[in-house]
Amino acid sequence: MKSLKNEKGNCTPRRTFLKNLVLSCSSLFLPRLIFPQEKKNEAGSWMLENGYVPSEHNWGMGIDINKCIGCGRCVNACKTENNVPKVPFYFRTWVERYRIFEDRDSTVDSPNGAIDGFHEMKEDGKNVVRSFFVPKICNQCDNPPCVQVCPVGATFKTPDGVILVDADYCIGCRYCIQACPYGARYLNPETRTADKCTFCYHRVVKGLAPACVETCPTQARIFGEIDKKASPLIRFKRINKINVLKPFLNTEPKVMYANFDMEVK
Amino acid sequence: MKVLWKRIPEQLRRLSILVLLLIVLFVMIRTLLVPRDFGKYGHYRASAVDEIVSQSIHYAGREACEECHDDIAGVKSSGFHRNVACEVCHGPGAAHMEDPSGVQLTAPRERGYCPLCHEYLTSRPTGFPQIVSDLHNPMKPCIACHEPHDPKPPVTPKGCEACHAAIARTLSLSHHVYLPCTRCHQDPGSHKISPREFTPTKPTTREFCGECHARNDENTKGIPQIELVNHYSRYVCWQCHYPHLPEAQ
Ligand code: HEC
Ligand code: HEC
Ligand code: HEC
Ligand code: HEC
Ligand code: HEC
Ligand code: HEC
Ligand code: HEC
Ligand code: HEC
Repeated sequence: MKSLKNEKGNCTPRRTFLKNLVLSCSSLFLPRLIFPQEKKNEAGSWMLENGYVPSEHNWGMGIDINKCIGCGRCVNACKTENNVPKVPFYFRTWVERYRIFEDRDSTVDSPNGAIDGFHEMKEDGKNVVRSFFVPKICNQCDNPPCVQVCPVGATFKTPDGVILVDADYCIGCRYCIQACPYGARYLNPETRTADKCTFCYHRVVKGLAPACVETCPTQARIFGEIDKKASPLIRFKRINKINVLKPFLNTEPKVMYANFDMEVK
Repeated sequence: MKVLWKRIPEQLRRLSILVLLLIVLFVMIRTLLVPRDFGKYGHYRASAVDEIVSQSIHYAGREACEECHDDIAGVKSSGFHRNVACEVCHGPGAAHMEDPSGVQLTAPRERGYCPLCHEYLTSRPTGFPQIVSDLHNPMKPCIACHEPHDPKPPVTPKGCEACHAAIARTLSLSHHVYLPCTRCHQDPGSHKISPREFTPTKPTTREFCGECHARNDENTKGIPQIELVNHYSRYVCWQCHYPHLPEAQ
């Protein structure tokens, strides 16, 4: 124990050692004291300054399967608006083609998420009885399994019901990607963090529609308030029979489908 | 107080100091690692919302183009493309709005573009206007004949097959191939111009099919015939026979 001896040849008394330990530990706080964080920009201040009160809203989406023409303009717009890598496997929204055959067999395909639309398929001998397109997107569940599993609190539900990811805080552990029953999350290859649809939160709080809704040519996608009386979603729910994906999981999705086929998974 | 402290056994006293120290250390490390604004609104960093909200906008929105391009917006608003936003075809326009001559938008003039929406696909909803681009005037760009902001067929389509291609193709393979569409559907006159407003009639009764298929003295003998009164009389015929492909087996 040479190093601990002082010039008199004694060991550092335990008391002094502990005292120094406590002091040196507290010096870790120095940077915090010297550079107080976010003094100029109070956290969460954008909302306050711009008069958007999250708790007054509850956003949802309606998707009419009978209106979708599978052009994939939503997929393209989503990737452009949100800087999602324009390579396969990374989608915040995508479109699937269902084909149900005479023998009750069915196939689902989504070539590159349908960013370049679809091409007619050879029928390989079997007759198709029904076929249709199903746009998919994060369901912004009211009871989100992805938020529950996040070990650091990097994914969360805002008061207006949108599930967001804090890319700065995410540690890229992929738990949430595993937990999502809809396959709506992916690991962004550039930031190495979990990523997903935000309902275009940056647009919505400024009164704009999400990019996919904006570019849908047939109004197959409807966006609006779930709880308010004067909302396009209320009409959507009044004139259509509504279904959600995997209702038995009790995730309580806020993306509602009209003209839903029982084959849709 | 002091008495109480003294009455606690020595080893417990030392231990409690250690535990206290550990707690302090834990709290210190925690405050260091957990951002200050964590938990302000919920179990998350409040400023994360600010960061997400500050993401830049690329698509300016449906109404944004009107203020400068009101001529085109006006034409479009009454045409078939009224629900197709400008930015679907011209790409995201927020940067162009800031600096119209600096950031130019492109127009999709090539023939390959429009089939994204209009190429015939079995999966598309019936009634959506579709073409088979290999057969639909393949040598010319689409905009040679269709104004993209107000797309109308340059001439009113003559046959029903122009728009109901799938049905026409099915019918052409069936026993009913020689029946013109208008034998079963009466066009009120303007269906070809405003298809949704004026829809043709559809047969409503069993007797309609019976005009040819009922077993009686008037009907042509070559046509397969049934006893109209007891051939599954609870249903209308097209519940079992698809009228455009009415094979019996
Ligand atoms: C602030 C006024 C303004 C707004 C808003 C605006 N534009 Fe323009 N746009 C212009 C001007 C000016 C030009 C002509 C630029 C030139 O030729 O140098 C132009 C040209 C264009 C062109 C023609 C490019 C070509 O090939 O000739 C397109 C396409 C276009 N705008 C689309 C849009 C769309 C889509 C929007 C909505 C997102 C939009 N503009 C909004 C002012 C505007
Ligand atoms: C279906 C796709 C489509 C939509 C929707 C559309 N455009 Fe175009 N636009 C085109 C095409 C294709 C051209 C090229 C026309 C040509 O060269 O004759 C064009 C040309 C233009 C031009 C160039 C001027 C010209 O006549 O050459 C402007 C400006 C323009 N569009 C603005 C708009 C605006 C504003 C809207 C929304 C109100 C809009 N466009 C919607 C496809 C579209
Ligand atoms: C993003 C999808 C989309 C694109 C791209 C698009 N259209 Fe359309 N088009 C539509 C929709 C939606 C309608 C309206 C259909 C309806 O009323 O049911 C339509 C209608 C039409 C019609 C009218 C058909 C009829 O019933 O008489 C024509 C013609 C047409 N488009 C031509 C074009 C041409 C040419 C282009 C390329 C410049 C083009 N479209 C690009 C979505 C699109
Ligand atoms: C310009 C394109 C076009 C032409 C030409 C056309 N149709 Fe249609 N037809 C449509 C559209 C669009 C609908 C509406 C589909 C819908 O509302 O879902 C429709 C619907 C119909 C319906 C269903 C009506 C209903 O109540 O469900 C019938 C029957 C029909 N058409 C028959 C005909 C016949 C017969 C002709 C030829 C005389 C014809 N169509 C020509 C576009 C056309
Ligand atoms: C030579 C002129 C010409 C060109 C080029 C042309 N069309 Fe047409 N288009 C017509 C005419 C004429 C009709 C109406 C009758 C018919 O179907 O032939 C029509 C009808 C249509 C319709 C309406 C069909 C329906 O079901 O309502 C659509 C959609 C359409 N065209 C899209 C396109 C697209 C997309 C292209 C480019 C790939 C294109 N057209 C190129 C002349 C043209
Ligand atoms: C033998 C009589 C008959 C002929 C010929 C016929 N249809 Fe029909 N069509 C019907 C009947 C019956 C229905 C109603 C079917 C139903 O409700 O299930 C119908 C339904 C339709 C519909 C509604 C959509 C659908 O798929 O059910 C359209 C569109 C249509 N016919 C178009 C046409 C066109 C276009 C032609 C010519 C190419 C044609 N039909 C020829 C009897 C006929
Ligand atoms: C204008 C007369 C006419 C009308 C109306 C008509 N059909 Fe037919 N149908 C025919 C003819 C002609 C044939 C084919 C005979 C042949 O070539 O084998 C036929 C064949 C059939 C067959 C095929 C029988 C077999 O051997 O496979 C069925 C089923 C049928 N029609 C059902 C219907 C139904 C259902 C309707 C009412 C929606 C209808 N038809 C209306 C004339 C008609
Ligand atoms: C419940 C289903 C059902 C309904 C409703 C129905 N059919 Fe049939 N139809 C059949 C079946 C199954 C066959 C073949 C076996 C048979 O002959 O009973 C058939 C056979 C036929 C044939 C062929 C007979 C032959 O000798 O080849 C014709 C024609 C026909 N149906 C016309 C009609 C007409 C017209 C109606 C409406 C008045 C109608 N069917 C209603 C089920 C039905």
